[in-house]
Amino acid sequence: EKSTELSLSSDKTPSNPRELTQNPLKKIWMPYKNGLPEKTHISEKGLCMTNCPTLIVTVGLPARGKTYISKKLTRYLNWIGVPTREFNVGQYRREFVKIYKSFEFFRPDNEEGLKIRRQCASAALNDVRQYLTEEQGQVAVFDATNTTRERRETIIQFAEQNGFKVFFVESVCEDPDVIQENIVQVKLGSPDYTNCNTEEAVEDFMKRIKCYENSYETLDEVLDRDLSYIKIMDVGQRYLVNRVLDHIQSRIVYYLMNIHITPRSIYLCRHGESELNVKGRIGGDSGLTPRGKEFAKNDLKVWTSQMKRTIQTAEALDVPYEQWKVLNEIDAGVCEEMMYEEIQENYPLEFALRDQDKYRYRYPKGESYEDLVQRLEPVIMELERQENVLVICHQAVMRCLLAYFLDKTAEELPYLKCPLHTVLKLTPVAYGCKVESISLNVDAVNTHRERPENVEVSRMSEEALLTVPAHQ
Amino acid sequence: MCLTICKLLCVSVYLILFVSWTVFCVRTCCQTQTGISQVTHYAGVQTFELPSVPQFCNSPTMIVMVGLPARGKTYISKKLTRYLNWIGVPTKSEACAAAALKDVTAYFTKEQGQVAVFDATNTTRERRAIIISFAKEKGYKVFFVESICDDPEIIAENIRQVKFGSPDYVDRDIDEAMEDFIQRIDCYRASYMPIDDERDRKLSYIKIFDVGNRYLVNQVQDHIQSRIVYYLMNIHVTPRSIYLSRHGESELNLLGRIGGDSGLSPRGQKYANALATFIKGQNIRDLKVWTSHMKRTIQTAEALGVQYEQWKALNEIDAGVCEEMTYEEIQENYPEEFALRDQDKYRYRYPKGESYEDLVHRLEPVIMELERQENVLVICHQAIMRCLLAYFLDKPADELPYLRCPLHTVLKLTPIAYGCKVESFFLNIEAVNTHRERPVNVDINRNPEEALQTVPDHI
Repeated sequence: EKSTELSLSSDKTPSNPRELTQNPLKKIWMPYKNGLPEKTHISEKGLCMTNCPTLIVTVGLPARGKTYISKKLTRYLNWIGVPTREFNVGQYRREFVKIYKSFEFFRPDNEEGLKIRRQCASAALNDVRQYLTEEQGQVAVFDATNTTRERRETIIQFAEQNGFKVFFVESVCEDPDVIQENIVQVKLGSPDYTNCNTEEAVEDFMKRIKCYENSYETLDEVLDRDLSYIKIMDVGQRYLVNRVLDHIQSRIVYYLMNIHITPRSIYLCRHGESELNVKGRIGGDSGLTPRGKEFAKNDLKVWTSQMKRTIQTAEALDVPYEQWKVLNEIDAGVCEEMMYEEIQENYPLEFALRDQDKYRYRYPKGESYEDLVQRLEPVIMELERQENVLVICHQAVMRCLLAYFLDKTAEELPYLKCPLHTVLKLTPVAYGCKVESISLNVDAVNTHRERPENVEVSRMSEEALLTVPAHQ
Repeated sequence: MCLTICKLLCVSVYLILFVSWTVFCVRTCCQTQTGISQVTHYAGVQTFELPSVPQFCNSPTMIVMVGLPARGKTYISKKLTRYLNWIGVPTKSEACAAAALKDVTAYFTKEQGQVAVFDATNTTRERRAIIISFAKEKGYKVFFVESICDDPEIIAENIRQVKFGSPDYVDRDIDEAMEDFIQRIDCYRASYMPIDDERDRKLSYIKIFDVGNRYLVNQVQDHIQSRIVYYLMNIHVTPRSIYLSRHGESELNLLGRIGGDSGLSPRGQKYANALATFIKGQNIRDLKVWTSHMKRTIQTAEALGVQYEQWKALNEIDAGVCEEMTYEEIQENYPEEFALRDQDKYRYRYPKGESYEDLVHRLEPVIMELERQENVLVICHQAIMRCLLAYFLDKPADELPYLRCPLHTVLKLTPIAYGCKVESFFLNIEAVNTHRERPVNVDINRNPEEALQTVPDHI
């Protein structure tokens, strides 16, 4: 270690430091001038605040999982706070050509078909441009086959003209079983095949795939060496990753490399009813009531938080479990262990701000739902890697996890219903997630507080406490 | 007949022992809420002291480096080892080709190692086959990391940076040494068989092409391999420097109080200005500036007059019920906690607060992003800076909480060869000392004087 003492002139007049004010909702310190916050010099830790938007382009034959990947990736990016939207060219085609007749539409020698398909791609790219430049979108996923170099070149030029970065996601698969399963899961139910029986639909679709095969130019290690892309082979057995340019691309690659399609279910539930729940108090780290212990009794990985009540719940199951600190309930800061009535009495301003924007509101010396999502991201990543898992957690945490699986917006997330003594079983199916709610038929107190009508800072106590659930 | 009975007896005895041990393990699940993180035993699987990070590694993993000399294998091995140890996965790097595989066994079984990195050329299929069958026999997982590079400039730079320090070349002329080394590489080249994407498709591996331009990843088996791949895909070798500094002296610093969210003292403000001058003087290209969400780091950054990013993950360690207390007050109100903390400062968690171990977990995304970035100035806090510094300087868990990170001092870290050069710049503005050494007596029964012996001066 080389140590240097620098004599810097401290007799120079220090420039007037800007005053800092703490934003009342998110508790972020920002400089202000003339009583108003100045945003020029800060950005909150987030992805690409000032960088150029990213265009993700799928590549691959039909039934290779492009739409599955597009939708899942979009859901993930939105959940972690990156405004993302997918643009499925097939959708545009269905809106244009009202009725789908047969695979003949896709024949490479069908001039009319080609013209329409080109128009649809253009329309979609137009919407992409609007989303990324005028609607504050950050990532657009352009979901189409894009199987020729020519088509991809068009897209690259489009992106260059508009200042977008391009990242290709190619899915390559020749396993006939996987393709068959794909067709069964998502193609048979497609609007294209509503009037066909299964055999007809499968036959037509296979011919559709054939139309693309001859002109298919896979991303090439040499010819496409300057492009940024990931090539996914055989549903994740192997990946080729080329020229990852920035943080968001790195995150996308990491995510895509962790997801799988093996059938499984994820079970989400809260701990059994706790003493604090019964008294109407939030947070804290207490034990289970007698009712709660009942619930906890009724091949599977089990995860808990590090708070006593989830651990006790897992203990009663008598199986191995893993404790995650990041599954701990939202930190209510100065409001820990308070009843809503007490929060209204001691911090009426805070209480109102929370009702105004429950997702972004951060308790003083505590956390916000937005903070929770960030700390839960490794849990989601590991849930993607795993198969059957039971997660025993807490109300706010469960809401965040549920919002990820069910693609709920930030506005809806803090009001999702996650009652005690109810297990939610999530099973991925087609492009989404099937939810089954299993009530354990053990009574428990309700802890769900709806957004009250009046969220004004000036509101009366009664108006604030209108929606507080009953307690002792 | 006799033999069969003997076998049956042995099996029964073994079963009885195994079942009792399992039951014993389940029973010793401790749920006491002491400050020290608990080690939980259940159903025969002992977790290591990683309360915030679930244990995913059941079988130990061997990471096997593959590639011609001067392809960065040792660089990658050491860096990967450093990263894995920092996040709490006990890892060791075996740098010798002859390093017996039996040393690996000893590390896994006797020293509770979890990952062993086998750093050698391993350029023939034969050699790799030996390792694979050894691992299979023992129940270890194998993950190959192959580095492929044909860019002569990169290779020459590589040789210059790391080989010329080697004992083999100490008394040689540089050009001659370069020539000699390139010939050495050629000897391997003839028998070099890269991992074959067809024949080796059942193996788990990552191929790194041209220092990270391109990657081929095959059959990632589990969580730890996935994390390794992610890490390897984020590191780079572009020259750059990382500057670490604490916020300027704060009002609470002056009072000897920990935590809180106070503003800068007048001296702290002077430091902020001095830091601005210092940074300008360094002429750094494209510097990124990061702060925490706490007022004192933001005020410090404000003086720089450049754009900065706020990271909640850089917030100071949460001292829970001890927030804003002086050490004297902690000793008075929570003498047992205070003693426990001195007994194991890394794992100790403040009641309703955090431990250094928790900090490392929350800082992991920061480290990952620091790896991706180039020139960065991180304005943070004492405990945070200790964690980051420990990562860059490969300090173990028991040293980490006692690393010296004084106020008003900038540390400039520059990666070089296999490690990190550190330059320390004190900007000549006085500040209180906030470093409390481990006292001699850490017993719960100690006197207050013994506990408070090493507390630095304050108002």
